Amino acid sequence: MKSKLLIGAAGLAMVLVGAVHAQVADGVVKIGVLTDLSGAYSDLSGQGSVVAVQMAIDDFVAREKPSFKVEMVYADHQNKPDIAANKAREWFERDGVDMVTDLVTSSTAVAVAKIGKEKDKIVLVNGAGSTRLTNEDCNDVTVHWAYDTYALANGTAKTLVQRGGKTWFFLTADYVFGHSLEKDASDVIVASGGKVLGSAAHPFPGTDFSSFLLKAQASGAQVIGLANAGTDTTNSIKQAAEFGITPKQTLAGLLVFITDVNSLGLKATQGMYLTEGFYWDLNEETRVWSKRFFEKHKKMPTMVQAGDYSAVMHYLQAVKAVNSDDTRKVMAQMKKTPVNDFFAKNGRIRDDGRMVHDMYLFEVKKPSESKGPWDYYKLVATIPGDEAFQSLSASRCPLIKK
Amino acid sequence: MTIFGVPPQLLFSQLLLGLINGSFYAVLSLGLAVIFGMLNVINFAHGAQFMIGAFVAWIALTQFGVNYWEALVLSPLLVGALSALIEVSMLRRLYKLDHLYGLLLTFGLALIAEGVFRNFYGVSGESYDVPDQLAGGVNLGFMFLPLYRGWVVVAALGVCLAVWFAIERTRLGATLRAATQRPDLVQSLGINVPLLMTATYAAGAALAAFAGVLAAPIMQVNPLMGSHLIIVVFAVVVIGGMGSILGSIVTGVGLGLVEAFTKVYYPQASGVVIFLIMVIVLLVRPAGLFGRQA
Repeated sequence: MKSKLLIGAAGLAMVLVGAVHAQVADGVVKIGVLTDLSGAYSDLSGQGSVVAVQMAIDDFVAREKPSFKVEMVYADHQNKPDIAANKAREWFERDGVDMVTDLVTSSTAVAVAKIGKEKDKIVLVNGAGSTRLTNEDCNDVTVHWAYDTYALANGTAKTLVQRGGKTWFFLTADYVFGHSLEKDASDVIVASGGKVLGSAAHPFPGTDFSSFLLKAQASGAQVIGLANAGTDTTNSIKQAAEFGITPKQTLAGLLVFITDVNSLGLKATQGMYLTEGFYWDLNEETRVWSKRFFEKHKKMPTMVQAGDYSAVMHYLQAVKAVNSDDTRKVMAQMKKTPVNDFFAKNGRIRDDGRMVHDMYLFEVKKPSESKGPWDYYKLVATIPGDEAFQSLSASRCPLIKK
Repeated sequence: MTIFGVPPQLLFSQLLLGLINGSFYAVLSLGLAVIFGMLNVINFAHGAQFMIGAFVAWIALTQFGVNYWEALVLSPLLVGALSALIEVSMLRRLYKLDHLYGLLLTFGLALIAEGVFRNFYGVSGESYDVPDQLAGGVNLGFMFLPLYRGWVVVAALGVCLAVWFAIERTRLGATLRAATQRPDLVQSLGINVPLLMTATYAAGAALAAFAGVLAAPIMQVNPLMGSHLIIVVFAVVVIGGMGSILGSIVTGVGLGLVEAFTKVYYPQASGVVIFLIMVIVLLVRPAGLFGRQA
């Protein structure tokens, strides 16, 4: 009888003690990395994103020695929104995951943003590009961190029109990202005095672009805009060279990552303009971080992978500051705190979920200008954040009161 | 000057692309037709054999430094040998049964093959470069034809005609045809019919692997490259007539051209036009355009 009472009292004490300390639910912050591990975008995100997030967790724990544990889970969504949505749901409902990040492929990001809102969990998007995430599909638990199609169009398309590429034809990946990029780029081209002659939509992911490229060739446009990414872009560039389309017509890769330049080689990409949010060789801070990343992943980081590190670090610091993993509190802290790290200087999260930071316009070096592997870009211009991204006044996000 | 609203340059270049696609359809449907005509087996593993052929070429290049020309010979031999093993151990037992069993077995094998490769190589393509001797292209006036794609047409159609000749015009072919119609008689004449069957299946698979190596520099070498193509190829074989060798070649090329034509004038239908034709042919002439009434 006495022992039962003792056990009961001990149990009650443990529950009470547990309750006082569990501000961070279960004392564990779980981060889910949902990415493309084997498909068209696996090179620019994929395993590298997992490495970057693990680095952020390790650095945070070593430096801040938090009272809670931090764990990571990751999964392959195969670029399919239904698989991504199911995984996110499973993670949020069953596995106690507090935040999901990476989310390359805009269709998966849009789907998971909805699930995050439904389950009241934070979603930090780095991989996807569609501006819908901060417009029609915006919500107060989603942050669009690394880049978006508006910034890309503003950088690359604007520059090319100014340098004489007045007529355009688009080769577009037939899903939300491709159409978003085509639309944003077309708006910029027309506003800068150019003309869009037409477009051809190819299935995503694609393998043989020959018939679409021939249409682009027949249009006679000066510039063929590639509104696609990853292996779609590299294959389009390769096949355009095969069919003698370049160098007569200019190919404009609207979303190009350093991993694409690496796989195509400088001979095929020299002189190309591209807009990115990060480059490993920009300054001493980026070099130091990128070298550490390279040691683990054996490839230099893309802006998606660097963005993943930056977003996760910012999130974990917010969790520590409010000593809770409650979505409202953490989100408020994240929006209150400016983002100042190797990835973004004077970055801030706006109410529409857009993380505004400087973007950079690069030109790919000629083989003779490159001093070694991964030395691919020269900086042409820095586009300040407020100029690079769509202004709040033009936003179609329902959260923004006009 | 435009043809129905499309500049001739665009039309002819798309038709040329259609000819290239059609050559692939022809080689693959030939392999299927040979296997069905001779063995009465609906070889659903054909797409997987195509894919394995491309992968063997890629693995041979990246791990062993085997170049493209060597792979064109090596890959069909390897895939043919593998398929011969499958025929001897599994397929042979199903000849006396309904067609459905052969279909199910080969379908299952295709799924296994695809799953295994997908496990090791993911779904994104592996890059296979065009061999140096075929790099570059020639300006035909209305379009710039990459040399490699021209080679594909020549090689594919050349192999098709060689196979047709072997089956229809040589003694070996005659023996094969006799063996399908009256295996008991042919066996009693002293000819090793089971060996002939194995050899035929291996040859059909080798044809698929040959097409796979041809396709490697054009499509990305990935585990799913066979599965889309095989469905179209089955439609081609049905339209051409399941047992007809010449029929599958002609229909393959013809349908490639029809598909290209559709891509120019009504691209939304280009994915389904072949199946539409298949439906019409089945209603009007069930044995296929060149088929003999069974």
